Amino acid sequence: MSASPKPDLITVNVDGRDVAVPKGTNVIEAARLVGVDVPYYCYHPKLSISGNCRMCLVEIGMPAVDPATKAPIVDPGTGKQRINWIPRPQIGCATTASPGLHVRTNTAQIKECREGVMEFLLVNHPLDCPICDQAGECKLQEQATGYGRGYSRYIEAKNVKPKRTQLGPRVMLDDERCILCSRCIRFCKEVAKDDVLGFIDRGSYSTLTCYPGRQLTNNYSLNTVDICPVGALTSTDFRFKMRVWFLKQTDSIDPESSVGANTVVWSREGVVYRITPRRNDEVNDTWMADSGRELYKQNRAPDRLMVARVEGQDSTPAAALAAAADLLKPAAGAVAVVGSGRSSIEEQFVTRRMANALGAGAFLVGRSDPGDGLLISADRNPNVRGALVTGLVTNLPSERLTQLGEWIDEGKVRCVVSVGEDLLAAGLTEAQLARVAVVYLGTHANATSAIARIVVPTFTVLERTGSFVNQQFRLQKFFQAVPGPAGAIDDLTALTRLLSSVEGEYFPPEPAAIWPEMARAIDVLQGITFAGIPATGRLLDGSRWAGLPFPEGPGLHFQPAAKP
Amino acid sequence: MAAGTPVPREPLTFAERTYLPQILGGLKTTWRHLVTPKTTLEYPEQRPALPPGYRGVPTLVRDPHGREKCVSCQLCEFVCPPKAIRITPGAIPADAPTAHVEKAPQEFEIDMLRCIYCGMCQEVCPEEAIWLQNRYSTTGYTREEMVNNKARLYELGGTLPDEHLKWDRKKAAETAGNDRH
Ligand code: SF4
Ligand code: SF4
Ligand code: SF4
Ligand code: FES
Repeated sequence: MSASPKPDLITVNVDGRDVAVPKGTNVIEAARLVGVDVPYYCYHPKLSISGNCRMCLVEIGMPAVDPATKAPIVDPGTGKQRINWIPRPQIGCATTASPGLHVRTNTAQIKECREGVMEFLLVNHPLDCPICDQAGECKLQEQATGYGRGYSRYIEAKNVKPKRTQLGPRVMLDDERCILCSRCIRFCKEVAKDDVLGFIDRGSYSTLTCYPGRQLTNNYSLNTVDICPVGALTSTDFRFKMRVWFLKQTDSIDPESSVGANTVVWSREGVVYRITPRRNDEVNDTWMADSGRELYKQNRAPDRLMVARVEGQDSTPAAALAAAADLLKPAAGAVAVVGSGRSSIEEQFVTRRMANALGAGAFLVGRSDPGDGLLISADRNPNVRGALVTGLVTNLPSERLTQLGEWIDEGKVRCVVSVGEDLLAAGLTEAQLARVAVVYLGTHANATSAIARIVVPTFTVLERTGSFVNQQFRLQKFFQAVPGPAGAIDDLTALTRLLSSVEGEYFPPEPAAIWPEMARAIDVLQGITFAGIPATGRLLDGSRWAGLPFPEGPGLHFQPAAKP
Repeated sequence: MAAGTPVPREPLTFAERTYLPQILGGLKTTWRHLVTPKTTLEYPEQRPALPPGYRGVPTLVRDPHGREKCVSCQLCEFVCPPKAIRITPGAIPADAPTAHVEKAPQEFEIDMLRCIYCGMCQEVCPEEAIWLQNRYSTTGYTREEMVNNKARLYELGGTLPDEHLKWDRKKAAETAGNDRH
């Protein structure tokens, strides 16, 4: 037994191989580190241990020492220290690694245990995989194949339980499929802090249910669907829409607020079917809010802008951008650019350069709403910090464009470029807007797009590639999951084209191609390339902006800086 | 390219040079066919007898109680090598008599211009809902006509005997409830 390589690491032995693991690691995670799969259902890395499924049984042993002298007892046959194996298997999820711990997962006893546990789990299972949404990503299917016996010896009548219980507006429960792992219960209690689920009845009649008179309505309810290892909990929105094996997964970021929860977008042939959280232990663990999962519906919303317009006439994005350039160039010096806290940092950088080229004032519209203390923060723009980093703005944006309104009243501004912001909602009056020519680049129709001189339809976050800077000043990438509508144009393409046609620099409309210039021009981004940003993000040095009164309160993995 | 070794050509024997044995051999076959019974079919008036297990046009079938068997699990869509199948899954309304089956296709299309009659869909179907039956000839004037939609697939498929009736048994169990509670 080698000594621990580092003080906070301890060495354990899994199936004959030594591995150094951090203190407090359980046997499942330790085995994962050496590539040994310990099957489990009830264990979840972000929830408390309940140890009820018994799928993770392993054999545990400790090196033998003489009780009196504490000297190692050496096996004369092998010349190595003898291991005292506990005769009965132990659950791996609740066994914390201790120095010298020995684990065996490949013995006949363990194989038999797993077969036995699988057989019991399947005793009352309805086996309705053909109509079950979990099929294809079901732990029960996978582990029945990997560790089960492969045939059924059960001929008795199976238990009958409620099959279609609506637990809440977004979650459907099939009790026959539930394996009583209690993950959903622990999630509601420990993470969502909304303790509404529980078991009633005993033994094989145990049934998951909501407390009488309550419903699973909290904004995190769909996480229970994600962590349910079987098809007991399903999402009413995704239910029966598409099989998961057809869906392509694209990494993305939840644009709901400055938390920047990491997500996976599941799409098939250009249609998004669902959005689920992606694990990032520094940001959102394995969770995300329900509200962020519905954002894909915006892609095909009826008010989506599908065709460019110039002076009320239908046009193409290219022609509309050319017309916008013709409008902006002569007005240089009397232009205002309203950028967006929803734009990627690359788009904000190009917006800044465009404002420079036009001698324009740049604005941002703030958006705030109370946060929930978890994964939705008070700042409902995903990328205000990106605008600070790129210098698009130097202060926190207000929700109303009062200053711009004054400039318009004074006649200082003749043209306004809005990147997706509804100027009327942001406090400008119709009379003020009547005095300026508005160029609107946005995804959805609103009061501003209705009166804009030029409208260029653009892409939603699911249709673009770029990066956001979240409340922790963590730079995180998102990728295009689906193509945008035919009549629309990528924001970055639109902005770079506009920039080059108002005689600014030319940038290729690719985030990766803009990054070298960004890294050169912005000191906190120095040395960063787009490809080099890790999947879990990269922390930027935000100390320069530490004095700003950011609206965010405490949340998961986030503590606001102490107010001076 | 490397030159091949020339194969020496054997000189023809005298009999071969007369061509007579070959002509007679050929005529023997001709004469035999003159006297054996005719095998040519007057297609399309006459149709061949198909062997059991023949793989014709894939169809959807109903069970003896008229329930559509397909539950839109989309396994056939997944397995189909030329991607001929296209399914829009859907939920069965809660007030339907087969509400306990929960899921059925809203639309089901098989593109017969793509189908290669491999039978994988029939093989993979967990509900025994898709069968390659005896129809082998499909014609049409447009590409759209060559796509069998759900209505057409059930029309072609009809009813097949079902020995399991597993969904009926499921409903009976649901109605009966648990033994003791
Ligand atoms: S519903 Fe799912 S997560 Fe909840 S106890 Fe049952 S199997 Fe576990
Ligand atoms: S027979 Fe083969 S090719 Fe034709 S639909 Fe079925 S799986 Fe596809
Ligand atoms: S025909 Fe069979 S395999 Fe195809 S979707 Fe229907 S049930 Fe599934
Ligand atoms: S994972 Fe250990 S008992 Fe369930």
